[in-house]
Amino acid sequence: MDFFLEFPELGRHTLAAMRKAIDTSFIHFSREYGAALEAFFYPLLQFMIWFEKLLLSTPWPIILLIIGGLAWFGSRSVKITVGSVIAMALIGIFGMWEDTMATLAIVSVATLLCVVIGIPIGIVMARFERAQSVITPILDVMQTIPSFVYLIPVVMLLGIGKVPGLLAVCIYAIPPIVRLTNLGIRLVDRDVLEAADAFGASPRQKLFSVQVPLALPNIFAGVNQTIMMALSMVVIASMIGVRGLGVPVLKAISNQYLSLGLMNGLAIVALAIIFDRVSQTYGQRLQAYRKGFGDE
Amino acid sequence: MSEAKIEIKNLYKVFGDHPSKVIELVQDGISKTDLLEKHGHILGLKDISLKIPNREIQVIMGLSGSGKSTLIRHINRLIEPTAGEIWIDNEDVTAMSQAALRDLRRFKTSMVFQKFALLPHRTVIENVAYGLSMQGVPEAEAHKRAMHWIERVELNGFENNYPGQLSGGMQQRVGLARALATDAEILLMDEAFSALDPLIRTGMQNILLGLQEELHKTIVFITHDLDEALRLGDNIAILRDGEMVQDGSPQDIVMRPADDYVSEFIKDINRGRVIKVGSLADPAASASDGAPIIVADTALETALSTLVAAPGQSCRITKKDGSDLGTLTLERAVAALHAPAG
Ligand SMILES: Nc1ncnc2c1ncn2[C@@H]1O[C@H](COP(=O)(O)OP(=O)(O)OP(=O)(O)O)[C@@H](O)[C@H]1O
Ligand SMILES: [Mg+2]
Repeated sequence: MDFFLEFPELGRHTLAAMRKAIDTSFIHFSREYGAALEAFFYPLLQFMIWFEKLLLSTPWPIILLIIGGLAWFGSRSVKITVGSVIAMALIGIFGMWEDTMATLAIVSVATLLCVVIGIPIGIVMARFERAQSVITPILDVMQTIPSFVYLIPVVMLLGIGKVPGLLAVCIYAIPPIVRLTNLGIRLVDRDVLEAADAFGASPRQKLFSVQVPLALPNIFAGVNQTIMMALSMVVIASMIGVRGLGVPVLKAISNQYLSLGLMNGLAIVALAIIFDRVSQTYGQRLQAYRKGFGDE
Repeated sequence: MSEAKIEIKNLYKVFGDHPSKVIELVQDGISKTDLLEKHGHILGLKDISLKIPNREIQVIMGLSGSGKSTLIRHINRLIEPTAGEIWIDNEDVTAMSQAALRDLRRFKTSMVFQKFALLPHRTVIENVAYGLSMQGVPEAEAHKRAMHWIERVELNGFENNYPGQLSGGMQQRVGLARALATDAEILLMDEAFSALDPLIRTGMQNILLGLQEELHKTIVFITHDLDEALRLGDNIAILRDGEMVQDGSPQDIVMRPADDYVSEFIKDINRGRVIKVGSLADPAASASDGAPIIVADTALETALSTLVAAPGQSCRITKKDGSDLGTLTLERAVAALHAPAG
């Protein structure tokens, strides 16, 4: 009867030995290759440092101007442009300018990295069934595993700092862009593809003249989601040494500073809204050809 | 009939997981139903042989599901055959490498689709220039040539619009211009006008006939509409359940339908417009002196009034060059207007 009440688990010693074996071998691994990995990521680190410095050393009016310009270029909407500039100005007035620039730096670099890596992966997935069946479960794991769990090996390998923070953000933020690139390409009208074939398009020409352009609205929705997810990782990333709006939030949690937490939290929300509106309206403008007369 | 531009030889297509395993059964003549029920494969085309003459319009006709689209897609090998060969200009398309096949599609064939299949993210002129850019023509030159064809299909002023901003008829004119712009000798048209309203459809047929008069392309035109087939076709092939039941000139089809399926197809058409007097001339009979002369390719409908007024109600039929073909009597003409018994 006991057999059914207690789960027949492996013995305590066996489990402990197992865990220890895995841990020590990973520690060995990280000792062995940690330095090499760091060297590998060194250019990335330099780039991040350079970009953050650039944002911080540029006079604030110019940054405001650039943000307004980007918002206008993306959305072509006065409301969104003015709203973005006002939100950024408020952030500055309430003393969060520097942290915001740091956050902007990591989110931009992370998004860039996700786009550069994620879109090609999505294209490969759309092209080969096998790639899709292998990569989809990996993406599922990346999206559902609690971030703290993969922070452990990342920190063990690379220690604390910008690069591990960036990796953690990317692991969390890359799945949507991969998925939506894959989906977007698969949803391209078969008739149009057949027409491209009939005019002698090579697979490569088909990819760049038909599949990617027609998948762009979906790819763009992926970029939008990736940005949002990168922003939502800001607080967790600050736990492993990434500067930015996450740091004061962490301090506020441990010291119960309500207003500090709220203000920095709201700044993150403001950034999220700006990114979201601008990238969404830009995505919609990409599809203008789908509409009739009178639209741009 | 002039020499064949495209020759299809004993073409078979079986859809399913292992076509090569059942192809012998098909070649031994298993029925479509048996193939599906006992072996789980679909018979798409069965032993099709067809010579498509150079610079003429070959119509392929048949009911929905008879294999028309499957057949036309074999000509540029958008579909791989299970067995058989397709020859274009003495080259075996089925044996071509991928690169050779791409060149065939870029330079020798072009295609117009039932659902237009335009690139929605490109403007009219970019769409028309698409085939040219696949040929490697530089953009400026491609746009110049595209503009010429846009004018030919009377779409000037719309070159910078997107397809989504045009009506169906206009979109198909873009499709036609895109196909013509590559200067391909062979034009493949799969129910190109079927999605259009009747009036617009007639307009498109006129545009096509007008262009063909000066371009003389080899056109393979698919339709399920007999009136369209008779209007456009120099030759008509009729498909049924993947098999070819008849192949001949419009007159052949109308005057000597191969079986009940074909008879059923042609029962409602205006025979007087299709039948030419040349095919009715009786070389044995001699016309009375002074009988009017009618040229062989006059439609029977038009010839009737002359016949009625003629002395002895008979006329002499001659070819265009004046050589004598024989005599046609009113009696014979009227008999031809009625469908063969059955
Ligand atoms: N990819 C495919 N897989 C399986 N069966 C197919 C495939 N393509 C066509 N078929 C079958 O082959 C037959 C002929 O199809 P096809 O599309 O050539 O007909 P069609 O004459 O063009 O008809 P429609 O007038 O409706 O366009 C049909 O029975 C169809 O179900
Ligand atoms: Mg069809």
